[in-house]
Amino acid sequence: MKQTAAAIAAIALIAASGTDSAVAGPTVETIQERGAVICGVNGNRAGFSALDSKGEWAGLDVDTCKAIAAAVLGDASKVQLVKTTSQTRFTALQTSEIDVLTRNVTWTLSRDAKLGIDFVAPTFYDGQGFMVHKDSGAQSIADLGGATVCVLPGSTSEKVTADVFKANGLDYTPVVIESKKELNTAFFGGRCDVHVQSTSGLSSARATVAANPDDYIILDGIFGKDPMGPVVRQGDAQWRDIVAWTVYAMMTAEELGVTSANVDEMKNSDDAETARLLGTAGELGETLGLDAEWAYRIISQVGNYGEVFDRNVGSGSPLNLSRGINALWTDGGLLYSPPFK
Amino acid sequence: MSASISFATPKSTPRRPPPALEAGVLLWLRRNLFSSAYNTVLTVLALWALFVTIPDFIVWAFIEAVWWTDDPQACRDASGACWAVVVEKHRVMLFGTFPYEEHWRGVIAIALIVGMAIASAFKRLWSYWLFVAWLGVTAAVLVLLLGGVFGLTPTGTHQWGGLPLTLLMFVGTVVGGMPLAVFLALGRRSRLPAIKAMCVGFIEIVRGVPLITVLFMASLMFPLFMPEGVTINKFLRAQIGMILFFAAYAAEIVRGGLQAIPRGQYEAADAIGLSYWQKTNRIILPQALRIVLPALMNDIIRAFKNTTFVSIIGLFDVLGATATALEDPLWVLFALEAYTFIFVLYFVFCFSMSKYSEHVERDLSKGRNL
Repeated sequence: MKQTAAAIAAIALIAASGTDSAVAGPTVETIQERGAVICGVNGNRAGFSALDSKGEWAGLDVDTCKAIAAAVLGDASKVQLVKTTSQTRFTALQTSEIDVLTRNVTWTLSRDAKLGIDFVAPTFYDGQGFMVHKDSGAQSIADLGGATVCVLPGSTSEKVTADVFKANGLDYTPVVIESKKELNTAFFGGRCDVHVQSTSGLSSARATVAANPDDYIILDGIFGKDPMGPVVRQGDAQWRDIVAWTVYAMMTAEELGVTSANVDEMKNSDDAETARLLGTAGELGETLGLDAEWAYRIISQVGNYGEVFDRNVGSGSPLNLSRGINALWTDGGLLYSPPFK
Repeated sequence: MSASISFATPKSTPRRPPPALEAGVLLWLRRNLFSSAYNTVLTVLALWALFVTIPDFIVWAFIEAVWWTDDPQACRDASGACWAVVVEKHRVMLFGTFPYEEHWRGVIAIALIVGMAIASAFKRLWSYWLFVAWLGVTAAVLVLLLGGVFGLTPTGTHQWGGLPLTLLMFVGTVVGGMPLAVFLALGRRSRLPAIKAMCVGFIEIVRGVPLITVLFMASLMFPLFMPEGVTINKFLRAQIGMILFFAAYAAEIVRGGLQAIPRGQYEAADAIGLSYWQKTNRIILPQALRIVLPALMNDIIRAFKNTTFVSIIGLFDVLGATATALEDPLWVLFALEAYTFIFVLYFVFCFSMSKYSEHVERDLSKGRNL
């Protein structure tokens, strides 16, 4: 018996030597102790999260993660990015493998209610679009009767295609192809007339895969709603607030004209909201459980939303997406941050 | 007596060459390619297929290919292969998320592992010291990849990636899995019912689920069963998952070898009073392992390729890193070239292993009437 106990103790010791034990507690404490924010990302989505030629992470979702690290830890580089698949993404969050999921996950009621997770502050609004070759002569959905349509199996686009064609009383032949790469090859190779995907996916495919991007048009109209933003576990209100307000800080900074270039001058700004954002007035940071400079660090180290968008998916990137519905509400878009008061 | 006359030719007549069709190249051709009408048709068809494809392939892969450019547009304009994508992306393909400035450590780690593997292939070097050297190399590789000592920047296992990850995972799987497999195989044939039941249960359960499930359990479900606040490193969990999976399959192969040993061998060992372990170590296992070597090598090669599965739990092996590298919109068109490179890389490793196994098989069969 004594020997058994000793053996168990030895095994436990060996196991413990290979473990990092952490004090249970609110997410922020765990993060501060660990010294890094762990974010789940897609990892295979150019412009949102992918490795660059040096093996470093880049993308809009990656920058959201970095912004959170800048706010909580004071250093945007203190992030660990974990690649998740659509099968592992929620489980990884539920099991605390990651602190926050910054990946393309569409916010839906059933996910929000069923999975024990909370969706906060969308960073990217997407929807499904229809792309055709210019020579097809199609000007709107109504012209697409009898078309062959390239779709990914089981995707939102497959559902949207069925709904849209049904609503318009039109027939179509689906061409179902498992991989996104193959799907693009098939469409640009002329195997199908219509390519249905998220509008961001369509624009990037057109910009990068098409031999001549000007030959293709995306028909007017966005179908389905795909709001995507960070997702956290339920039950840690402070952490949820920090993640949400990190996103809002980036949007508000753009609204107020604060950029990574001028953030130091803006600290002396007379504008009351700018002062509250940058922590020179009020105690907003302390209210969140952070320090006064949290938003200043986000903007100086990562940038405001507009900068992040342009750098990763917008005009400064090969994807060259237009802001569209992802513009600020003041420019007719959907980005609307609650006030910093 | 007259001088004896012999009608026998004093010397043998010079050898005449065989008929032209029965020698050299022509013989080989006739025997191997044109031995029957059926084979002749196949040969002609195959030659025609090669004639149609090879020139185009050479033009695509070499003559019109772009070897060196950092401008993807140059690749789009060329009609041939764009090997420049491999040049542009080789760092991320080979090292994944390992910090860029520290890639030299990855290079040394690869060199150490490959060097040791080659050294282990020479029978002359098989000794106690080789084992010690492996221990030393393992320690050195871990130090190189983990950092944190001797002034090396700490690099956690979550940053590991690419070829060092693939090789380490593979070596870890085989080195950890082989002994376990042998014990499981012995356990399955044990006369002690509890041990036998445990081994059978383990083997059948692990063989009953796909590797992807084992990894998924190890990486995502396992933490749920751990006490609050205790987490075991994810790499370690995946590695243990791979070891268990490999061991369950290899155990069945080893059991095949154990059963192939004639009963007389066991009885003879018992008769001269050897203990169970003496009998196993000196009589049974050496013969059993020799018998199952080809099948075992098959499983080892498969273990090498199975390392690509770690990609689903968020680690970037060579293939996973390549997939994400190719997401770069500027280079997305040149996936074929990048995957061709990966194909060559895997082929070199797997083919060397299979050739080595053949060599060992021949070596071990010397002196046996096979």
